[in-house]
Amino acid sequence: MSRIGVVVFPGSNCEYDAASAVTQLGATAEFVWHGQDNVDGFDGIILPGGFAHGDYLRPGALARFSPVMNAVANFANAGGAVLGICNGFQVLTEAGLLPGALQKNRGLTFLCHPTTLIVESTRSVLTLMATKGQELSIPINHFSGSYTCDDKTYEELVANDQIVLRYKENPNGSRDDIAGVSNLAGNVVGLMPHPERAMSLLLGSADGQVLLSSFVSKTLSVR
Amino acid sequence: MKYAIIVDVTLRQGISDPEGATIERALPALGFTGVSDVRAGKSFRLNVEADNEAGALEKATALAQRLLSNPVIEDSRARLSAEG
Repeated sequence: MSRIGVVVFPGSNCEYDAASAVTQLGATAEFVWHGQDNVDGFDGIILPGGFAHGDYLRPGALARFSPVMNAVANFANAGGAVLGICNGFQVLTEAGLLPGALQKNRGLTFLCHPTTLIVESTRSVLTLMATKGQELSIPINHFSGSYTCDDKTYEELVANDQIVLRYKENPNGSRDDIAGVSNLAGNVVGLMPHPERAMSLLLGSADGQVLLSSFVSKTLSVR
Repeated sequence: MKYAIIVDVTLRQGISDPEGATIERALPALGFTGVSDVRAGKSFRLNVEADNEAGALEKATALAQRLLSNPVIEDSRARLSAEG
């Protein structure tokens, strides 16, 4: 059984949703306090949504210096599956584990509504079981979710198939409608939408299942 | 010696600045005309222990690049505080 570590920073608030989602898919989830300096024994790591360290300075700016992040970086560099959702995506970009940055939304409004995503790459740990062009209904819930990067980085993202998900209708001013990106190898993925909140039709959408199932299955295969 | 340093952090040229744009759009309604290129940013004031001014600025510049700014989207600049 896949054992997934869900990192908890002071101010995280989606850790229970993330743990519940992967548990629903047959994995076991354990919380990892941000002060812990290792992630030994885990098959995958999720950085959940929320406001780590109050989002002081910039979202993710202080969280990247939490002791656990050295361990997460080593885990990622060794090929481990790492997923950053919303605030977790911001932490991964601040930590340099993913390219680019997340900026305040165009329009300066906090956005909280369902979005339609388009799967752009099936090479990443989050989209292995999805199909290219597939449309998914997944909610967003953020203020700083406008993906930005310089032209050189953008060209590399395109050339290396690192754009994982795009918005069908751009809600926040993200460059080229980008909703999620991966690192070069595809084992580290970040996205602003919340797949862990789209796990049940009863609650609006179950489209998050294909994404998190991909992640859970990948954590098993790399073990 | 202790030096008072100001670190200014602004978005890099070419990075969209929705706050600056919103402020700029609000100005004419308040009667302020002829104001353009408004950019929003952050300012930090710190006391830095160092042997001399250059050392203090060097330390402030380093910590500004490591923590106070995100070099992917922001520029930072350290300067001596005129007010001390």
